[in-house]
Amino acid sequence: MTGYEAYIEKTHRLGKLWTWGMGLVLLMFPIIISIHYNAWPEGEPFLKGLLSIGPMYWAVGTIEVLTYIPMLGAGGSYLGFITGSLTMLKVPCTMAAFTNADVKSGTPEGEVVATIAIAVSSITTIVIIFIGVLLITPLTPILDSPTLEPAFTQILPALFGGLGVAIISQNPKVSIAPVTAMLILFISVPSLAPSGAIFVPVAALIAIGAARIMYKKGWL
Amino acid sequence: MGFDINSPFLFFLVAVILCLVLTQSIYFMIRAWKQAKELGIDTNKLKGVVRTSIVFTLVPAFSILIGVIALSKKLGLPLPWLRLSVVGAITYETPAAEAASQAVGTSMKDVATSLTAVQYSTIAWIMTLGIMAGVILTPILCKRLLGGVSKFKDRDNKWGDILMSALFVGMISAFLGMIFGHVQEGLEGWIPVFVMGVSAATMLLCAFCIKKLGWKWMQDYALPISMIASMILAIPITNAVMQMV
Repeated sequence: MTGYEAYIEKTHRLGKLWTWGMGLVLLMFPIIISIHYNAWPEGEPFLKGLLSIGPMYWAVGTIEVLTYIPMLGAGGSYLGFITGSLTMLKVPCTMAAFTNADVKSGTPEGEVVATIAIAVSSITTIVIIFIGVLLITPLTPILDSPTLEPAFTQILPALFGGLGVAIISQNPKVSIAPVTAMLILFISVPSLAPSGAIFVPVAALIAIGAARIMYKKGWL
Repeated sequence: MGFDINSPFLFFLVAVILCLVLTQSIYFMIRAWKQAKELGIDTNKLKGVVRTSIVFTLVPAFSILIGVIALSKKLGLPLPWLRLSVVGAITYETPAAEAASQAVGTSMKDVATSLTAVQYSTIAWIMTLGIMAGVILTPILCKRLLGGVSKFKDRDNKWGDILMSALFVGMISAFLGMIFGHVQEGLEGWIPVFVMGVSAATMLLCAFCIKKLGWKWMQDYALPISMIASMILAIPITNAVMQMV
């Protein structure tokens, strides 16, 4: 076994331990509240609330696992699925790190760069939110101000414009089919836009299918 | 026992959990860094990854902070602080909090009425269990999925690389399409497209500066610059469009 293979094996062992361990720790929050305040959830409201979000969130969560793990690699996935904000932050941050370091996903270099990028992003997020919580009184009027609202409302277009140029310019031919398909889909059925993240695997499958055809024809 | 959504006890609980998550992040980063050195990756390249990741995270982190502030009006600070620092995402937590609040007979908009301990505990349970798919499934599927990718690459390395690129392209395509999702609503619906255009143009300008003018320092900051520039310009763009409609 090479040094890198040993590293990956250990990452999977540690990752399982940390992820399930942290899952238990996160569950301890409602458990401790329930015990400490003697306030266990009542059956009906609990089931009603859980059924209203659970099936959808679990479906999206499963899709995220299947789509993002191959992109983020082992270390990045174990860390990313605990620290959250994958679509808006961790995956784009990893893409930016790949572009910057000129490495590819699915390679040993991509594996370690993704882990470092996600770890740094998680630490930065936790620190900023901690400072924000400490300074919440002076910060609230600034961050809540109507003047700044359009800037924060448009965070996704601001994020994916630059990132789109970086990724599409590296894969122009592969991009044609999925970009066209998604533009047609969302322009013709605007009601799908709020749940757009669900279509990431659909777009990925279109990209893979188109890429396969072009690869077989020798166009890539 | 009296219940306060901002009690020091809740803050303490959240702080302990966040310290554990910080420990995990630091530990994984140190391991990856050491492995990167063994793979022969240049330290400057790794420092560049750290710089890019920090700067890239700043703006979305402030957006997450806005989410914390919004949720804190009803739920207090500790629960949103926890949910949006780990596992959760702003796109999930806000609707989850609303659904959970409605299930216990209140609403996130009703900030005048305080939550009882039972209501708070129910909301915390619903929000926690609702988001657990990734935490449970990742350890089960990670090794198998990556093993499958690895087999593809072993069989045909070039196709393996194209496959990975296609995954990233797929993600970008879905979000680019989503940004065009409101264009049928008139000029107002084009605001996200204009902002995306500004971001893309800024990125191209940065690429020009890096390649043609030799501004290598900009490489670490090109994406954050395009994001911040387009967010700043989103304000006059939105104001101008709103005046026209």
